[in-house]
Amino acid sequence: MIRVVLPQHLRTLAHVGGEVAVEVSGAVTQRSILDALENSYPMLRGTIRDHVTQQRRAFLRFFACGEDWSHEPPDAPLPKEITSGKEPFLIVGAIAGG
Amino acid sequence: MSKVRVLVGTKKGAFILSADGKRDKWDISGPHFAGWEIYHMKGSPVDPNRLYASQTSGWFGQIIQRSDDGGKTWHQPGAPEGKSAAAGGRPPAGVSNMFAYDSSDSTGKPLTTHQWYDGTQHPWEFKRVWHLEPSLTESDTVYAGIEDAALFRSTDGGQSWKELPGLRGSDTGPRWQPGAGGMCLHTIILDPSNPRRMYIAISAAGAFRTDDGGASWKPINRGLNSQFLPNPTAEVGHCVHHVAMHPSRPNTLFMQKHWDVMRSDDAGDNWREVSGNLPTDFGFVIDVHAHEPETVFVVPIKSDSEHFPLDGKLRVYRSRSGGNEWEPLSKGLPQSNCYVNVLRDAMAVDSLDSCGVYFGTTGGQVYASPDAGNNWSPIVHDLPSVLSVEVQTLP
Repeated sequence: MIRVVLPQHLRTLAHVGGEVAVEVSGAVTQRSILDALENSYPMLRGTIRDHVTQQRRAFLRFFACGEDWSHEPPDAPLPKEITSGKEPFLIVGAIAGG
Repeated sequence: MSKVRVLVGTKKGAFILSADGKRDKWDISGPHFAGWEIYHMKGSPVDPNRLYASQTSGWFGQIIQRSDDGGKTWHQPGAPEGKSAAAGGRPPAGVSNMFAYDSSDSTGKPLTTHQWYDGTQHPWEFKRVWHLEPSLTESDTVYAGIEDAALFRSTDGGQSWKELPGLRGSDTGPRWQPGAGGMCLHTIILDPSNPRRMYIAISAAGAFRTDDGGASWKPINRGLNSQFLPNPTAEVGHCVHHVAMHPSRPNTLFMQKHWDVMRSDDAGDNWREVSGNLPTDFGFVIDVHAHEPETVFVVPIKSDSEHFPLDGKLRVYRSRSGGNEWEPLSKGLPQSNCYVNVLRDAMAVDSLDSCGVYFGTTGGQVYASPDAGNNWSPIVHDLPSVLSVEVQTLP
């Protein structure tokens, strides 16, 4: 299982607390994780990626193993620590407050 | 005894204020959707317990929420009510926040650009839902006015949305431009006497009307005069802030424009100014008394560059003559050092025998008058900045 950490507002929206775990078949990438996440929690569709363009929303960033993956290709394989579930895939707000 | 339910959208959540017909003791519930901007909430005239809410965020985009129990519980249409999506092992069937502009061949036009602030053309980009208008006859049908300006309709209780492309596809679309608050479709008025007629208003394009259920639209801006435009009487480009109608007189419309309070008695075909003796005719809100179609309320704001009341005195102005002659109403409202604004969707009236009037401010106050504006008192005074106020009158 892949571990995913959501921003607080999206946890509320999805009625989950803390981390969520999703099953990804095939290569573990940003796209496959987000596809699995949205399949399990359809209310999150459009909140992380734009519905139409599928682009990451401007004020969100993706981190894996301490590295910023926000600008990496969505189909690039993620580190094995993510694949194995040792480390979570982080979805975080790019700016605070407001 | 009758009751009222006031639906308040703020910059940091939604609040529901309830009282009996006396309107002197209030129950406050909220914040619902804490931390999110709630641009608008409105109840279905068919089923008052059916509420729709526009929940939006610069981080996470647009969400549509629905309540089927008068605001006690909420859910995204298509998701299991109040439960985790994965509950029972069955994910919900749909999502409620997909507003995709129509780009089908049937529109016959490439709906790709509108005018940008600098006069260049700019792609249409969905940003948020400003206004939700439930149908007068079907509780599962609701209209959404969005930014960048377009009109959408759901016929399944808010689960899926489809654009009415005839509005944006009218030949004036490329000449629409955003106002300072964005290019928003903020006003939707359904004609109770004619289900095929609707009015909408856009900042800064103007007012439009359909007479065929939304298939085609025409600008209804003749008589408007906007000095910021190269052609002040142009067919489109006017910054209409809000429009109101009394249900018994669907051909009479009242408009608060950027500057000027206007009136039409022919369904918007022609407008005339009724600002009269107002101390300033800039403002955002306008509404009509529930039982007196010639009684109109506005809140004058100093100017387009100073969005607060004149002289720090918060005053509602009432005309009992359909405009031109206005009287200030200030009893119970702050008359010194008040520098709040009252935004375009933040005034509403109830339909009790003694008409109640309500408005919310950017300072977080929601004021109520149980006697058509003669006396005011705050229901709450420390909410987040108020974006919208709607009222339901309940049996």
